[in-house]
Amino acid sequence: MLKIENLTKIYDQRAVVDDLGFACGPGEVLGFLGPNGAGKSTTMKMITGFVTPTSGRISVAGHDVESDALAARRVIGYLPEGAPSYPEMTPASFLGFIADVRGLTGETRRRRLDAVIGQLHLEPVLEQSIDTLSKGFKRRVGLAQAILHDPEVLILDEPTDGLDPNQKHEVRELIRSMSADKLIVISTHILEEVEAVCSRAIIIAHGRILADDTPGALAARSRYHNAVRLTLSDDARFDEINSAVAGLDAVAGTEADRAQKAITALAQGSGDATAAWRAVSELAANGNWPVASVQLEAGRLDEVFRQVTGGAAA
Amino acid sequence: MSMIRALFRRELASYFATPVAYVFIVIFLVLMGTFTFYLGGFYERGQADLAPFFDYHPWLYLFLVPAISMRLWAEERKTGSVELLMTLPITPWQAVLGKFLAAWAFAGIALALTFPIWITVNYLGDPDNGAILAAYLGSLLMAGGFLAIGSCISATTRNQVIAFVITVVVCFGFLLSGFPLVLDLFSGWAPQALVDGIASLSFLTHFASLSKGVIDLRDLLYFGLVIAAFLYANTIVLQWKQAD
Repeated sequence: MLKIENLTKIYDQRAVVDDLGFACGPGEVLGFLGPNGAGKSTTMKMITGFVTPTSGRISVAGHDVESDALAARRVIGYLPEGAPSYPEMTPASFLGFIADVRGLTGETRRRRLDAVIGQLHLEPVLEQSIDTLSKGFKRRVGLAQAILHDPEVLILDEPTDGLDPNQKHEVRELIRSMSADKLIVISTHILEEVEAVCSRAIIIAHGRILADDTPGALAARSRYHNAVRLTLSDDARFDEINSAVAGLDAVAGTEADRAQKAITALAQGSGDATAAWRAVSELAANGNWPVASVQLEAGRLDEVFRQVTGGAAA
Repeated sequence: MSMIRALFRRELASYFATPVAYVFIVIFLVLMGTFTFYLGGFYERGQADLAPFFDYHPWLYLFLVPAISMRLWAEERKTGSVELLMTLPITPWQAVLGKFLAAWAFAGIALALTFPIWITVNYLGDPDNGAILAAYLGSLLMAGGFLAIGSCISATTRNQVIAFVITVVVCFGFLLSGFPLVLDLFSGWAPQALVDGIASLSFLTHFASLSKGVIDLRDLLYFGLVIAAFLYANTIVLQWKQAD
């Protein structure tokens, strides 16, 4: 559905996107991750045809974005970075304009407009000019515009930037609800978002793909995969407990955080997922430790992200 | 066609969504009146025609039309909405035409609002209304030429002030290209054919006969070609910015 081959973009003799290639299909929510300036937005601009690649090919639903640009754009819904729109317009007139350009007419037009206005809760601001709206509403107007024609492919550049936690949650729900029959590509630097909505994550830096996997598999690369986080209710026996945990066979080492009264025990090897957790729990029960909680960690995506992209920055 | 209509309507509505349109129209009308009655000596001449009115159009347009055209593309670049616009399923031609026609229609509205002066001259005397209509047509075409130049220049920058200043300079060159000020720049080194060619590009000479009520196909064709050429250049600039 979306196929990218040898995509390269050179600005001022510097490759912003460097020989990028991947393919994905309907039903996928692809998270595009990377530090600022990694080439995420440039790649999205090339997929949507706003920027012409220096070399390489992109096809969207079988349409080449350069030679068959209009057909490709018809199947794409795009939220550009910063959700630009026309500040002097009202959401109602702006969405009406997009509907006209997207060729929606009559009953379909009304039905789609009602649908997106409802989905993004734009009713209270429909007749207010866009430049007087809050950042959250502006972003939602941009999202409404992108999904108005019910596109097969949705390209969303930082869709939840500037939203409060409730709005973020709603937008993620919206993305999840649409993902069954669409291909959705989102760029973000919010890692929890990737875990919340994406079925696949691509980490890029300096225009190259550094990792391409499911969020779960990426998190499993973390040294915190299967680690146990033990939180104590008082720190009187902190050092004693810390060395006891570190001495366990199933534990490779510990990270002690006295201020939080927390000890993180890293798991030894990857064979048995809960070995460290069982060992720590057992010891805690036997030793009658003042335990507040024992948590098994899946792995930390942010740590993997730093580990993967940190090497590239050097 | 429906795309162009949608773009046209959005663009024209945006003029009136802010005070820009009203400020522009008021200033346009005040200046038109001032020039006609004071500088042009409308009453003192004692003739029932609108020559003192139309004679000042090229000079008024020189500063007022770039004020309309400067925002056409520069503002879209500044706010980033150009990214939205150019990723919609429209061709560069449709985008350029929709915007240009809206700006031209706006200029036409401002021009049409000068109708009281036409009523005045009809009240005072018995003018040749056919000639006045021809002059209005010529004025509208000339505004279109200025706008096409301004639209093309606006597409090259994200700064409206730069777009305005460069457009004024280029339009000034086009106005005076039949006069020594411009021709002397070329006559020293360029072949005579080129100098003659440049001399024939003057807006002033082509507008002069139209403003007297003489509709010459060559003048109409001239303005049509200037508009087409600059709008074509406008689409090239857009594609060039895309590849940049």
